[in-house]
Amino acid sequence: MPTLKLAALSLILMAGVAVAATPQSPGLGRPATPTEVQAVDISVPPDGSTLPPGSGSVAQGAAVFEANCQMCHGPAGVGGPNDRLTGGVGTLTSPKPIKTVNSFWPYATTVYDYVRRAMPLVAPQSLSNNDVYAVVAYLLSVDGVAPKDAVLDAKTLPLVKMPNRDGFVSWEARYRPKTAAR
Amino acid sequence: MTASDDDLAAGGGLLHRRTLLRGGVLAGGLGAAFAARAADGIGEGSPETMRVPGAPFSGYGVPAHWRGDIKRSIGAVPDRPGTGASRTPLERLEGTITPAGLHYERHHNGIPDIDPAAHTLIVHGLVKQPLVFSLDALLRYPMHSRAAFVECAGNSGGMIAPQPAQTTAGGLHGLVSCSEWTGVPLSLLLDEAGVDPRATWLLAEGGDAAGMSRSVPLWKCRDDAMIALYQNGEPIRPEQGFPMRLLLPGFQGNMNVKWLRRLKLTVGPTFTKDETSRYTELMPDGKAREFMVEMGVKSVITRPSFGLNMQGPGLYEISGLAWSGAGKIAKVEVSADGGKSWAQAALNGPVQDKALTRFRLPWRWQGAPSLLLSRATDEHGNVQPKRADWLAQYAPGQAYQFNAIAAWQVEAGGGIKHAYA
Repeated sequence: MPTLKLAALSLILMAGVAVAATPQSPGLGRPATPTEVQAVDISVPPDGSTLPPGSGSVAQGAAVFEANCQMCHGPAGVGGPNDRLTGGVGTLTSPKPIKTVNSFWPYATTVYDYVRRAMPLVAPQSLSNNDVYAVVAYLLSVDGVAPKDAVLDAKTLPLVKMPNRDGFVSWEARYRPKTAAR
Repeated sequence: MTASDDDLAAGGGLLHRRTLLRGGVLAGGLGAAFAARAADGIGEGSPETMRVPGAPFSGYGVPAHWRGDIKRSIGAVPDRPGTGASRTPLERLEGTITPAGLHYERHHNGIPDIDPAAHTLIVHGLVKQPLVFSLDALLRYPMHSRAAFVECAGNSGGMIAPQPAQTTAGGLHGLVSCSEWTGVPLSLLLDEAGVDPRATWLLAEGGDAAGMSRSVPLWKCRDDAMIALYQNGEPIRPEQGFPMRLLLPGFQGNMNVKWLRRLKLTVGPTFTKDETSRYTELMPDGKAREFMVEMGVKSVITRPSFGLNMQGPGLYEISGLAWSGAGKIAKVEVSADGGKSWAQAALNGPVQDKALTRFRLPWRWQGAPSLLLSRATDEHGNVQPKRADWLAQYAPGQAYQFNAIAAWQVEAGGGIKHAYA
């Protein structure tokens, strides 16, 4: 009797319900317009392909930094209550490695991306695109990563070679299941 | 029952993991408490809770006020109350599911208050058709429920300090929690948008004031990733990403992007701040490991532990948690003599993939000093390393993804200190 009931139940399931390992999608995504995509596409990869128009100089950046960043990061990015941003170049193999933007970060595009989306902490996204170019130029200039007369824009910023550009080893492939397609 | 010497499994009084089961249920001791009875009625002999009506219903229940001190411990940046972390009080909890209100938090600039009716998830980049999903739309998709731990890559990082910090299990290791998550398999949304074959990563971005963003390898997105909408049966909490978060079982907590608003399919990683300046680990040669995406195999004894002192010699249960970002826990061994001998603990099933697993072992403590350790092994043969071996992999001061063996020193008087083994 139980067997019969079970068999009947299976038939009902097969007839009416798609019990599958890969469920079907109801397909409710709405096409995004190019304007919608552009409005949210704020991430900046190393090739700089999404950098906005505009530019900023080291001198302009020094003023932006003093007004918006110094209170947390200290003069020239050292000695504030929050993260140290400059110096430490060449210390990564020492007994006391100092990780800063200039000593450790591999790409200048990352600095642009992060400052523009998340800084200053009390008023994120309050800086103009030009201000961000300028403050990045200033920070890089503190350790000579960019020259004192540098002007950064969408073309020149991705060309900056950070001192620790080749200092990373990706560990990701070690976790990849052998069956997984890339 | 009392355990006999036949039950010994290792040095220091560790008993075989089935000792308690063999002894049957605990003998009852509660019967005599309220023996007195009035001659003409039973009221006089009953507790007050049986003689007066109880409290009314509530719309959303809260824990017993008697246990109102079970709270997350908060470590925020001074003057920046939304930046920092709060830790799960592991030593005050049992089982494997963390109550949602005690799930650890790590926020980089506070918890956003997102209107679910206005929030959208956009999938774009290297896809045939960029798509926008509302929450209402996602709620109509086929869903999947599973248990998964989420662990901050900085969890247990305090154990790199030269001297062991004297704090609780939660204070040391409480940046891990486990929930039942329910949501939409990410592969469904990716297939709907049509992923370009050139894409091998995607960028996930949150709608918080840090704009938290991380690159995720596409194989993980197609494997077991989901857009989580529910946590322990209820809509996901604001601290955990309401209205939606990315769930990447076993991966660094930071990659499980909360308040998820955007997924961009890309050729390679975007190299965001949190995968370059943070969540990377410098090695002695000056090179840094990046994209250490998966959390290692790990365990911690939650009872006895710092703050939960012994109450005289006798029979105790050692209880703890084990987990691995690579899969299921295969075994947990416990030592009461600082690693000279080990006994295998019982795994309190179900043992689930990339979820917390509870282990238990009876212990007859005879009052002597004892160094308690636990060592987990996962189904792929990964074993928790010794602290010295873990430290040797990295340059000084590196503290991410610490998964070495942890220890509690039980002193002769029953006091418990954090110790290194």
